[in-house]
Amino acid sequence: MIGQTLRLKVAAVSDIAPGLRHLRLVAADGGKLPPAAAGAHIQLVLAGPGRSFRNAYSLVSRPGARDAWDIIVRRVPASRGGSAYIHEQLQAGDTLEAGWPGNLFAPVRTARRHLMIAGGIGITPFLSYLADFAMSGGEHALHVCCREAEKDVFAPWLAGRSGVAFHWDADGHRLDIPALLAAQPAGTHLYVCGPAAMNDEVIAAAAAAGWPARHVHCEHFGAAPAGGAAFRAFLARSGVEVQVGEDESLLDAIERAGVAAPCLCRGGACGVCVAPLLEGEAEHRDHFLSPAERDAGRLIMPCVSRAKGGRLVLDL
Amino acid sequence: MSIAFKPAETFRGDYSYRNSDAAILRFPFPFPEDRYMYSVNIEPHTRSGPSDVYLHAFDVDEHYIAECRDKAITLERDPSRCQALPHMMMAQWDTLELLMESLSADYPELFSLTKEGDDFGSRWTWVNRPLGIEQSFVFGDAETLPCEPFEYITRQAQGDFAICDQRDDNLYMDAGMVTSQADWSLAFDVGMSFMEWHGPVPLAHQAGVFERALKYLLMLRLGQPVRRLNWTMSINPRLDTSPESYPEWGPDRASVTPANAGHKVHLRVELQTLWRLPRSNAILFPIRCYLASLDDLARVPKWGKRLHRVLATLPPQLVEYKGLTRYLPAALEWLARHDDGAELPAGTEAGVSALAPR
Repeated sequence: MIGQTLRLKVAAVSDIAPGLRHLRLVAADGGKLPPAAAGAHIQLVLAGPGRSFRNAYSLVSRPGARDAWDIIVRRVPASRGGSAYIHEQLQAGDTLEAGWPGNLFAPVRTARRHLMIAGGIGITPFLSYLADFAMSGGEHALHVCCREAEKDVFAPWLAGRSGVAFHWDADGHRLDIPALLAAQPAGTHLYVCGPAAMNDEVIAAAAAAGWPARHVHCEHFGAAPAGGAAFRAFLARSGVEVQVGEDESLLDAIERAGVAAPCLCRGGACGVCVAPLLEGEAEHRDHFLSPAERDAGRLIMPCVSRAKGGRLVLDL
Repeated sequence: MSIAFKPAETFRGDYSYRNSDAAILRFPFPFPEDRYMYSVNIEPHTRSGPSDVYLHAFDVDEHYIAECRDKAITLERDPSRCQALPHMMMAQWDTLELLMESLSADYPELFSLTKEGDDFGSRWTWVNRPLGIEQSFVFGDAETLPCEPFEYITRQAQGDFAICDQRDDNLYMDAGMVTSQADWSLAFDVGMSFMEWHGPVPLAHQAGVFERALKYLLMLRLGQPVRRLNWTMSINPRLDTSPESYPEWGPDRASVTPANAGHKVHLRVELQTLWRLPRSNAILFPIRCYLASLDDLARVPKWGKRLHRVLATLPPQLVEYKGLTRYLPAALEWLARHDDGAELPAGTEAGVSALAPR
């Protein structure tokens, strides 16, 4: 079970509601997919006008599924390309590049009870949670806030699942978050996934009710994956200027330019790739440099860190 | 590929464990430089590296059968060497799946796994030819195995295994199979957080090594395992150097002389790998132990010389922490005879493809 990227084939496409498209993905070579946990997501590489996008989608298939993965993609009105591509162009039989599953939102196995609050399409990670709890027996409740018309959209994934309640914006149907939180037994873990305003409201309500922060978990769906604004880096010793794209690291760009850069972990921890910074301000994302070293502004870890301005000069 | 197992060798009593020439040449020698350096020496565990031991997800070598038997003896005497807290059942199945899939794919002539399906509830059949085991069971149903799934599969693997649950931005050692450890106790550490179980390590805390390592591990990706080497020394080729059995091996440290150090003193190298587990999101931490005597190592001239230099410059806190104080002078005296002071190339490779006769 070693690998980084996968070639997936779209086995089926179906529109489950206006603006919501369900994709079933299988391994393009007909083999098995790696198993993934509740809360896991995959990054898809999607063609867009003039460039490609990397978008992350929660897997809504049952945890551990190896024959096919299911995702639900909402068409973002101001789509920068990814979701529009899936809704307008992608067809059954097409193939896509994807990363192995990642998981930044796994359920806490020591929780006495799992309380999930979803806003709209934010239900997706919880569909795999429900499958997990049905199997592992975890005590749980899911509260979904959505438009009334949308409440039956996810019915195929909720058949036979217990502890699910829907709420919408009408008298008698709104979710009273403080009352819900007050009714939970000690040892409950709270998970929230929805629009930013809803996430903030739930997190603030939990804090106000005295919930320990480590019992409150939030997945910001739609958050930007690794990467950021494009910038340029001049490698002074090599005399090479490289363009660092939105979806690649400074280290990737340096390597692409054929400049030897030692590296090891590629995750900002080991310190092997640390490079002298001659000009420009770094946006530090590593775990290696000390606060004093960051303040001094003379070092950067190109595997994860980027430029705050448009350009950096490195002694490489 | 066929492995000539040595089923009769022992890791206690008469200590009949011996390395073949091939086993010496593939030993994961840990020192690339003449001076010892502390670092977060973590790298991707790809199927490549300066020794054959890196070529498979989980290395199986000529000591496999004998090591599994020694593990069974240790567990018989002290069942608390294998523990899993109740919330770790999903991670137990993850471990069983990872080991069965990896071993059967990497060593098809030794192991096979037949599945009627991939999901929990599917019937699987596992065949382990070196140990003469055939087991049919239901994946996800512990009642269909002779013991819990983590114990079942790690009894059939060389080395120790810990499983770390990830929560609160921390790792907790919530399960383990620990029978070949370098003087640490699972019964003491089980349930501890990352900083707690590393508490006794000198020097590295101040260098910030553990903060960095923890942050890195919290982001460990499925499908992208990483590895590092750790090392210490043992007197006699003994796997079970645990605090629980200290009276059986501790006094041996006083038996080393410059005359007998060559066969008594062993370099003990741990190939530690770290795997994100798919269903539980926990991290599996296998610790695979390799033992080579000073006699073995000196047959690779580069290694004999380098080991002498590294040990001669080891900081005193590390000498104490690794428990070398009592016998290090004798080992150094023995190694000095094999070090002519010649400059050595960097790197851990043996630099020879065959050994001179013993």
